[in-house]
Amino acid sequence: MAAFGASAYRPLPGRAPAPGFRFTLYALLSAALMFYDQRGGVLERVRFWMQAAAYPIQLAVSSPSAAWRWLEQSFETRASLQAENSQLTKQLRELAVRTSRFEALTRENAQLRGLREALPPVAEKWLVGEVIDVELSALRQRVMVNKGSRNGVFVGQTVLGKDGLLGQTLHVGPWSSEVILITDAEHAVPVQVLRNGLRSIAVGTGDSNSLTLPYLPVNFDIKPTDMLVTSGLGGVFPAGYPVARVTEVRRDPAQPLAQVRATPLAPLDRDREVVFIWFQPGHPAAPANAQTSPANPGAVDIQPQPVPPRPPPAPPTPPAAATTDAAPSPNTAPSPVTAVPP
Amino acid sequence: MNAVAYEPRGTMIFSALVGLVLQVLPLPAWLAVGRPAFLVVVVLYWSIAAPRAGGMTLGWVAGLVIDAFEGAVLGEHALAVALITYLAIRFHLQIRNRPVLDQSLFAFAALALYEFVVWAIDGWTGHPVNSALRWIHPITGGLIWPVVVLVLGSQPTRR
Repeated sequence: MAAFGASAYRPLPGRAPAPGFRFTLYALLSAALMFYDQRGGVLERVRFWMQAAAYPIQLAVSSPSAAWRWLEQSFETRASLQAENSQLTKQLRELAVRTSRFEALTRENAQLRGLREALPPVAEKWLVGEVIDVELSALRQRVMVNKGSRNGVFVGQTVLGKDGLLGQTLHVGPWSSEVILITDAEHAVPVQVLRNGLRSIAVGTGDSNSLTLPYLPVNFDIKPTDMLVTSGLGGVFPAGYPVARVTEVRRDPAQPLAQVRATPLAPLDRDREVVFIWFQPGHPAAPANAQTSPANPGAVDIQPQPVPPRPPPAPPTPPAAATTDAAPSPNTAPSPVTAVPP
Repeated sequence: MNAVAYEPRGTMIFSALVGLVLQVLPLPAWLAVGRPAFLVVVVLYWSIAAPRAGGMTLGWVAGLVIDAFEGAVLGEHALAVALITYLAIRFHLQIRNRPVLDQSLFAFAALALYEFVVWAIDGWTGHPVNSALRWIHPITGGLIWPVVVLVLGSQPTRR
C-alpha cells in the first residue's frame, strides 16, 4: 500500500497507450475541432446532426414539466377559464379598435411615400414554436425551441415573443433550434428611439430583464419610458419591432457616456410560445442583407455582418402625382420595393 | 489489484446518461446556477473507480455531448473533461486510498480546473462570460461527491 507513490503508475503492456499519450491525442483532436468550428461552416453539418441526436433526450427531459403544465391546464377551474376568456375578449376588442383604421393608414402611408400600392406587411409569414424546457447553460440566455430546418427555420432568423423582440436563431437542427435571447451578454440589437428616431445599440447584460445601451453620449436625447424599436440596421432584424422600454438613465457629467438601462418588452423568462418570422425581401423595413430563404445550415454565417445601411427609399414622384390615386406612374420608385397588393 | 479488471461498462454508460439528464433538467434559474456538472462528476468517478473501462474516451465523448447540448464551440468541454479525466486516471491509485472527504477536495479541484479551462476557451473564442456565478458549481460538485460515491458503489475505497 505504501508503494502507491507518484511513480506507481505502470501501464499494462498491450492494453492501451499510456494516459499521457492518449490525453495528448484527445487534446489535439479537441483543438482541431475548436479551430474548425471557430473558422466557420466546416463543422456546421456535424453540429446539425449532433443537435438532431440531442433532440430526443431534450424532449424526454422536458416531458415532466410539459406533463405538469398539461395537467394544470386540464384541471383549471371554470372560473379561471371564464376570467381568461373575458380578458381575451377585451384584448381582442381593444386590438380591433386599434386596427380599424389600419387599412386607411397603410393607404395614406403609401400615398405619402409616393407608391401606387400600399406595402404589404414586412412579415410575409410566421411560424409559432414552443419553448422546450431544457437547461442549455445557466450563465447564458438561450432557449431551445421545437422548430427546426424541417420547418424552414434558418440561422439568424428573427424570433418574436408576445410583446416584442425575443432574439434570433443561433444553431438550427432538423427539428429544433437554439435561440439566443436579446438579453444574452453576447447579443446586441440595433435599436431606434421611437420618440425621435435616434439610433443606438442595445446590448444584453446576461440578466433576463435588463438591456443596456452603452454607446450613448451624455447629451443624447433619451429618457425613461422611451420605447426602443428595432432600427433595421445590422442585417438581421426587420425595422420597427418593439424591443424594450427605457427604465433608467444616469448621466454622470464626469463621464462621456450616459448609462442607460432598458427592460425588454417580451417576457423572456416566461414566454412559452415564440414566433419565427419571414419577411418580404425587398421591403423597406426588411434588414439590409436579408436572408429570406431557409438556407442550407452548412453555408450560413452566424455572425451578422455589419453592412452599410441602404438609403431609405426616397419618394421621387412629384407631390401632385402622389396625391391622386389614379396617377399612372408605372416605375416611379427606384427602390427595389415590390408593390404587391395586400 | 482486482479493481483493474473491474469494467462495469453498462453501469458506466447508464450512469453517464443519468448524469446528462440531471445536468440538462430544467430548474429555476437560482437553483440552476448551483447545479453541479453531474455528467462531469460521474465521469470523474468512473475514471477513478475503473480507469481502464471508460477512461479518457468516456471523458472526451461526454465533453463533446456537453458541447452539443450547450451549443458551445465543439471541443471546448471535450478538452476540459479529457484533461481532468487524465489527471484522475494518472492519480487514481492515490485518490482511491484517500478518505471520501479528501476525494471531495480532489473533485472540487478537478471541477474548478475544468471550469477554468472552459472559461479560458470561452474567452479566447470570443464568448466571454465573466460571471462569478460560474465558480459555484465546482463547490457543489465537491459537496455531492460523497453521495455519488455512495450511489455508484464503494469502488474507490476498495482495493
